[in-house]
Amino acid sequence: MNYTLLFYESPESLAARSDPAQRQAFWLAFGHYIQALRDAGVHAGGAGLQLPETATTIVYRDGERLVQDGPYADTKEQLGGFVIINVPDLDTALEWAARCPTAPGRAIEVRPNLAPME
Amino acid sequence: MSHRAVERAVRDSYGRLLAYLSMRSRDVAAAEDALADAFHAALETWPHSGVPERPEAWLLTAARRRLIDGARHARVQAAALPLLQAAAEEASELMGSAAGFPDERLGLLFVCAHPAIAVTARTPLMLQTVLGLDAARIASAFLLKPSAMGQRLARAKAKIRDARIAFELPEAAELPPRLDAVLEAIYAAYGSGWEDVAGADPRRRGLAAEALELGRLLVRLMPEEPEALGLLALMLYCESRRDARRGLSGEYIPLSEQETARWSGSMMTEAERLLHAAAGMKRTGRFQLEAAIQSAHAERARTGRTDWEAVALLYEGLARSTPTIGALVGRAAANAEARGADAGWRLLQEIRGDAVLNYQPYWALAAHLLRLLGREDEAVAAYGRAIRLCQDQAMRGFLALQAVRSDGRVW
Repeated sequence: MNYTLLFYESPESLAARSDPAQRQAFWLAFGHYIQALRDAGVHAGGAGLQLPETATTIVYRDGERLVQDGPYADTKEQLGGFVIINVPDLDTALEWAARCPTAPGRAIEVRPNLAPME
Repeated sequence: MSHRAVERAVRDSYGRLLAYLSMRSRDVAAAEDALADAFHAALETWPHSGVPERPEAWLLTAARRRLIDGARHARVQAAALPLLQAAAEEASELMGSAAGFPDERLGLLFVCAHPAIAVTARTPLMLQTVLGLDAARIASAFLLKPSAMGQRLARAKAKIRDARIAFELPEAAELPPRLDAVLEAIYAAYGSGWEDVAGADPRRRGLAAEALELGRLLVRLMPEEPEALGLLALMLYCESRRDARRGLSGEYIPLSEQETARWSGSMMTEAERLLHAAAGMKRTGRFQLEAAIQSAHAERARTGRTDWEAVALLYEGLARSTPTIGALVGRAAANAEARGADAGWRLLQEIRGDAVLNYQPYWALAAHLLRLLGREDEAVAAYGRAIRLCQDQAMRGFLALQAVRSDGRVW
């Protein structure tokens, strides 16, 4: 069964991705993590996302389509990336989520994917 | 064969069958539906044919057909199909073998206590699945509307199925964080069976026995867990007094007036041994304290008197660690016995919140203390309130006798 791990990042954690003093450690840790998922044969896709400021959101209001600058959710924590893993059950998915590199303010939401459409 | 006897036979195997089917289909709600169908078939067949030699295997055969059909129709459940077919084969082997039916109730209890399930749904979920309590009863125990409780339970079952929570007994390290909810559910089930003092409802009498059985299974699974030992000790102390709670004509007899000769010595001995072993593990907790309170009461069988000072002290610890309304009312009662009605009344007055409004023991104690304090009118009003809140016939009779005014006038 596929699960998506959604990585929500605090502003500090997002800033670390490009901060010269921290960026190397940040990407190294994530690189190891993704490699571990691949080695275990559970990695089924995913991507890191560019910063929320780069986002554009389409919303429908009163039947009208509006294109807006910025991410959809106006919250402090923002989606930083996601990984899809293929594991037998939620408990295994949670184990993998727990192994991801830690960062202050990082939260990982684990959602089961819908079965693919036939 | 009477309808009632069939119901009883069906009830006795409910928890074990539901655990067995849920652990294999990973879908508690579907397992419940399938089992309901099987029970329906049993109620139609067994009164004529008699209860089969292996009722579990019979019910399982009936239930698995429906489960497999259901799984074929629901695409989401496709993954469970091989599991179910394996279970069906296993079931037909069980039909023919002399081996006992596997007991996976503890496993299901710990699945219900999974951290991915909403905290407020865990204990109700266990009561419904493993212990077979209906949603309305659970709702009243948790002071919720049945519809709200029904939704909470349905959401939890959907989460288990859709997120596919693992259906295995968790590893040893995962057990302790889930233990509290399991202990709470077993105790709530025991309490629910225990309240039915008259034994009028065979379903609920069976519940107390089942809770005891689960308590024993839990101690076997976690022999180093003092609270598991404490809970079993607590239930055994209560159980030892089952027969003494009623007089010859079925009247209610309060603990302090029970004949200790009618208490079960063997159960008290077993409880004492468990409590002693738990104390040796040096990690106290709610159930050990509650068992210790019952142990202090049990001493009367040996010494002929109750050491209320000791009881009050234990309640003090319980009220501090677990200030439930039951613990607070118990503390007030013990203090009234040990230090006088004034002291008890002061503590009773300190209990705040709406919870007391419909809590029968609160009003029964308030009435008793108000009378001792010479506040007769208020005492009579409090007795009236306690009687209206009382569900049990014999207890109502007892309270009604107490309610007669001290000057002999009937209120």
